Amino acid sequence: MNSQPLSFVPASEFKQRAAAAVADDHLRKSFRGAMDFLINKRAAQFPDPAALESQRSLAEHIRKYSLARLPELLEQLEQKLVANGVQVHWAENAEEACAIIVGIARRHSTKLMVKGKSMVSEEVELNHAMADAGIEALESDMGEYIVQLDGEKPSHIIMPAIHKTREQIARLFAEKVPGAAYTDSVDELIGIGRAVLREKFMSAEVGLSGVNFAVAETGTLCLVENEGNGRMCTTVPDVHIAITGIEKVVEKLEHVPPLFGLLTRSATGQAITTYFNMISGPRKPDEKDGPGEMHLVLVDNGRTQAYSDEQMRSTLQCIRCGACMNHCPVYTRIGGHAYGTTYPGPIGEIISPHMLGLAATHVLPTASSLCGACGEVCPVRIPIPELLVRLREEAQHDARPGHAPMVGQGAAKSRLADAIWSGWAAMYTRPALYRAFGWLATRFRALTPPMQGGWTVSRTPMKPARRTLHELMAERE
Amino acid sequence: MDAAGSRHYPEKPEKVYLFGTCLIDLFCPEAGMNAVRLLEREGIEVLFPADQTCCGQPAHSSGFPEQARAVALAQFRLFPEAWPVIVPSGSCAGTMRRHYPAMFADDPRLLAQATALAERVFEFSEFLVHVARVTLGDQGGPARVALHTSCAARREMGTHEHARSLLAQLAAVEVVLHEHESECCGFGGTFSLKHPAISSAMAGDKVDALKETGAETFVSADCGCMLSLNHTLQKRRDGFQGQHLATFLWQRTGGEGGRR
Repeated sequence: MNSQPLSFVPASEFKQRAAAAVADDHLRKSFRGAMDFLINKRAAQFPDPAALESQRSLAEHIRKYSLARLPELLEQLEQKLVANGVQVHWAENAEEACAIIVGIARRHSTKLMVKGKSMVSEEVELNHAMADAGIEALESDMGEYIVQLDGEKPSHIIMPAIHKTREQIARLFAEKVPGAAYTDSVDELIGIGRAVLREKFMSAEVGLSGVNFAVAETGTLCLVENEGNGRMCTTVPDVHIAITGIEKVVEKLEHVPPLFGLLTRSATGQAITTYFNMISGPRKPDEKDGPGEMHLVLVDNGRTQAYSDEQMRSTLQCIRCGACMNHCPVYTRIGGHAYGTTYPGPIGEIISPHMLGLAATHVLPTASSLCGACGEVCPVRIPIPELLVRLREEAQHDARPGHAPMVGQGAAKSRLADAIWSGWAAMYTRPALYRAFGWLATRFRALTPPMQGGWTVSRTPMKPARRTLHELMAERE
Repeated sequence: MDAAGSRHYPEKPEKVYLFGTCLIDLFCPEAGMNAVRLLEREGIEVLFPADQTCCGQPAHSSGFPEQARAVALAQFRLFPEAWPVIVPSGSCAGTMRRHYPAMFADDPRLLAQATALAERVFEFSEFLVHVARVTLGDQGGPARVALHTSCAARREMGTHEHARSLLAQLAAVEVVLHEHESECCGFGGTFSLKHPAISSAMAGDKVDALKETGAETFVSADCGCMLSLNHTLQKRRDGFQGQHLATFLWQRTGGEGGRR
């Protein structure tokens, strides 16, 4: 697969990219191997199915409860954070989020911003905005550092560089990291990256991070990570900017451990991560370290649209573990880049339409066999297959009473599809007509078209039997 | 959605309805006939309402709920007595049992009908195991068989366990597990038409995994998966072919005389 341009290619070209990805044996093998590894690691963390189900129930209820009270919890979170000395900003869309962050960085005459892993910063394309403003934004998560070095986007929300082999990374480092000698030892490669980043942490004026859980009652931002780069970004530079989606809030501290435990087990098969940061404000006068100034940017970017519909609200339960993509047979075949969106895989198929509109994304919810693997592993029980079906419906219809309108509503509508399904319903609601069709299709089975669209790409044509079951059953009487 | 879980099963009935499904009707009627024969051999009379067509799933999963509802509604009145409704396909049974109530949630009268019907719907292998409680006498020679269950059957109806327990009754049949056994075969109804590249890759991998077991055949309780895999194999000019579970069970147990 060619390397991904820095900005996302449109989701509407999904089919071409999927076909190219599927034809790439190397890519398929590497994704299959990586996903199998993650599936097995997760499974080892959940030996008792009954225990898992009770943990899922608790996590689902915490997320549903938090969303049910989202407006109040966000207000409470803001009050607490402000009281803790954190400046809170609200961004309705990607542009606003970027403008806020560029503004803060400029006020501090920033030349370099170091970034901890943040999918929301990818979602709003912050690195672009920073580049336009002439400020270097450097990814410090090793996976993110690798994809940034190669001018790519993450192909997985937890493991951004999972599409790359060790050899590819070795060549990339030798080529792009000044002074780095070629090595394909993983430890040495990480050492090279760390040496570069260590300098950058010291010189960056601003550190940026994501947020995994924002606790309303205490104004605490929780950050889950393994590499320690998140702690560096949030403590070394004098300004810390956290960015997150409005759905990440929970009411109480006690709501965090059940979600944290499921997040790490579902994501990487770890019982706990190496680092878990709880950040409640900037450095206080008597404290020796931590940033002197701290900001939180709360991003909507389409989340309110999902929130306003009872069924689609469950999309926002997501804690971004990535288990749905690890278990998805489609993601495993095509990898993350083919989707053309920040969030690939099943969660991407149900969240991207709210962020980018159905006009650009209506093909994504169709890229599923509705096998249900995603819904089965989702730690917060998002009914992903049902949401995929719902989005297919919204893409095929104008806004109707009882359904909150979506941006790009009806974008997949076509007279042909309407005619096909109306004709289908007309026949299947008229038994005599249906039986007549069966009679004709079996009598003239020799005339079955040899080319049957997508079916015959890799299959022989479907051919009716000599007699229908209806006829065979009728003959017995 | 969680699998069927703990369902209360009735006593073996005198009669059942068969909902044959549109795919079996047109493309693999023998599977339907063999399901009927197996049920009749257990002393159960099989009623086949002639006005049945399709459960509505294709329109439902394609984003056309009105059309799906119209077709589903046309099936409601075909099963007037309280007999169980047997469906020889996990995904159609899943649609009727799991999705009908949600499809009619906004109309209390139709919801009551949908729920009443859903409660009587049994996937074929589920019915054989838990209601008919069959005992199968294997009359075939030694055979290695792989099993592919549809995702809807597995995740909505728990069918993989039912099919496995039926096959386990066949003394000379060795059931072999294939790699990524629980993974989708890539059929997915209209998915196979809309996304042929991805669907073909999935079907190809499934076929490879089934063949790698060294099995002589594979068995599926879903006609859709079976057709997709068989036609994939035919395109490769590969003689390895799958059979519907009903057909396999009927043949292994020697037809009429097969009941122990």
